[in-house]
This record gives sequence, structure tokens and C-alpha cells, in this order.
Amino acid sequence: MSTDHAVVDGEIHEHLDGPGHDSGHGHGLTDMGYVKVAIVLAVMTGIEVALSYSGFPGYVFMPLLLILMLLKFVTVVSFFMHLRFDNRLFTWLFYSGLILAVLVYCAALATFHVFDPG
Amino acid sequence: MADVTTPESQPDTTERIDLGVEPDIHGTVTTAAGDGHGAWHVDDGHGHHTSTGLSNNKLAMWMFLGSECLLFGGLISTYMLYRGRHEGSPSPDQLYAIPLTSVSSFVLLMSSLTMVLAVSAAQRHDDRNTTTWLTVTALLGATFVGAQVFEFTEFVHEGLGFTTNLFGSSFYTLTGFHGIHVTVGIILLMALVGMINRSKVPGNKAEVVEMIGLYWHFVDIVWIIIFTLVYLIPS
Repeated sequence: MSTDHAVVDGEIHEHLDGPGHDSGHGHGLTDMGYVKVAIVLAVMTGIEVALSYSGFPGYVFMPLLLILMLLKFVTVVSFFMHLRFDNRLFTWLFYSGLILAVLVYCAALATFHVFDPG
Repeated sequence: MADVTTPESQPDTTERIDLGVEPDIHGTVTTAAGDGHGAWHVDDGHGHHTSTGLSNNKLAMWMFLGSECLLFGGLISTYMLYRGRHEGSPSPDQLYAIPLTSVSSFVLLMSSLTMVLAVSAAQRHDDRNTTTWLTVTALLGATFVGAQVFEFTEFVHEGLGFTTNLFGSSFYTLTGFHGIHVTVGIILLMALVGMINRSKVPGNKAEVVEMIGLYWHFVDIVWIIIFTLVYLIPS
């Protein structure tokens, strides 16, 4: 565990050297950092909406939309839900459930030929 | 290893440093003097043994969210399967009002910002800002639910009921389940504001706010997926 501590006005503040440590708690970002992340998310949402009106062919805008969706998802989970700064066990718990869900339902949808072209 | 949290009202953590333990920003104290088979996690003096040294509440919340992925995965898959089955009603492309949904998506995204600011304030033991940001989050959530109710009403007027066709059933089930999750989140937020104002939050207050925050952010990331797959990608 790469932490050190300082006592300020009777309160103890922890300083982390990097993501993931044994206590399961982390500082995360500053309030201004969270605002910046929110601005990035808002811009990505704006790009998504603009793409849906762009008239680009499906093989262009659909991958772009899916990439933006994944980026927004990972950004919220990493920064707002603090997974980037928390114990890695939480990351395993969440992403194992998520990946299991994606695999199971992609397999189920494939049996109905949902991904077949045309 | 042992993991001990001291109550906020008793800032005696400096004494515990002298005993060779390591407190964190929540007053959580960790020591390497454990028996090698687990750790102690203590909230307000009432401890419990954990085999991981992590808060059981937080661990349970992440497991719950992992299982929720399976629930929404099933609902989204069902919608993907049936979105083309809209006999007897307008098609999704004709029904969806992207500008309205975009605004409500933006509102929900900003509610995640206010929620994380509430968690940040709670970790600083700033009750006033915590309750303010929690209340703003609940109001933004209520705005989102209001927009969803308006959207549903419009769709019913257009001729798409819950039992009209498979598209309608899967659409209302998916977005309705999400709306119910948002509503539950709003109730949790308002209950938490009331408990903070009455100083009746059990255990570690910052952790309780963080738990509800995790639930709220999960609701937000589910909407990120729904917004793209349901609304922006045409059938």
C-alpha cells in the first residue's frame, strides 16, 4: 500500500501515490476535476446527437456512436464511481458482471440472427 | 491486517497513529497486526470482521451493481430483438423525439456531477454542501423522470401502448424499469437528506453517501447505453 498521512487541524488526510490500495478508499479528483470530467461527458453527448443527425452511412456513424458510448461509460465508472482510485477487487466485481452480461446476451441475440447483415 | 473506523465526533485518530495503525481520509484505521486471516472494519465503534479488509457494505453494493448489469442486459437485449416488431403503430424513428431525450440525457449526466460533488462534500464532513448537492441531484433526477412521463404520454397519444406490439412492450419495459430505478434513487436521496439534517445517519456518513452515489451513477451509465442503442441508432 503506497500511502502516507498528515495530521491537519485534528483531521487525518491520506495521500495516495497511485490507483488501488488496500483500504478501499481513495481521494478521487478535486471538485474542479469532476466539473471538467462532466464537461467532457457533455461534449461527447453533443457529438453523439450531432452524429445521429449527420446523415453519415451506418457503417460510419454506428461504430462512432458505440465508441463514444463506451468512452462515456468508462469515464463515469472510472472517475465518478471512483473505480480508478479504489481497490481493484471492486473493479473485478463490477466488470466481471458486466462482461458476463454482454457475452451471455450477445450469444442469445446471435441465436436469433440479430447481428446478421441485411 | 485490521481496519478500524473511528466516529467523526471523536477525532482521536492521532492517538491511534501512535499505536501503529494507519488512518485514512474517512477515519478508517488499518493495522498490520492482524492474524493474517482478515481485518476489522469498525463504524462508530461497532466493528465487524472482514476477510478482505474492505467495507462489506461497499463490496455488497458493487456485487449488486454487477448483478444489475445482468438485469438491464436482459432488458436491452429483448428490446434489440423486438424493436423492429412495430406492426400497428408508428416506427421508433417516427416516435422518438431526440431533442427532448438529448436534454433529459444531459440532465441525468449533470446529476451525476452533482452526486459526486455531494460525495466529495461528505468526505470533507461538510454537511451543508452535502445536503445541497444531494437535493440538486434529486431535483435533476425528478426532471428526468418528468421528461420520461411526458414522453410516454406522447407515445400513448401516438398509438403506442404497452400491449400494442412487441416493440412497445419491450420499449416500455426497458425504459420503465430504468425510470423506476431513477425514482428509487430520488427517494433514497431525499431520505438521506432528511437523515443528515436530523443527524441520524447510521455508521460512516461519507460511506453511506458514497453507496447511494454508486447506485445513482449506475443508473446514469445504464441510460448512457439506452440513449445510444435505443434512441440514436435507428432500427
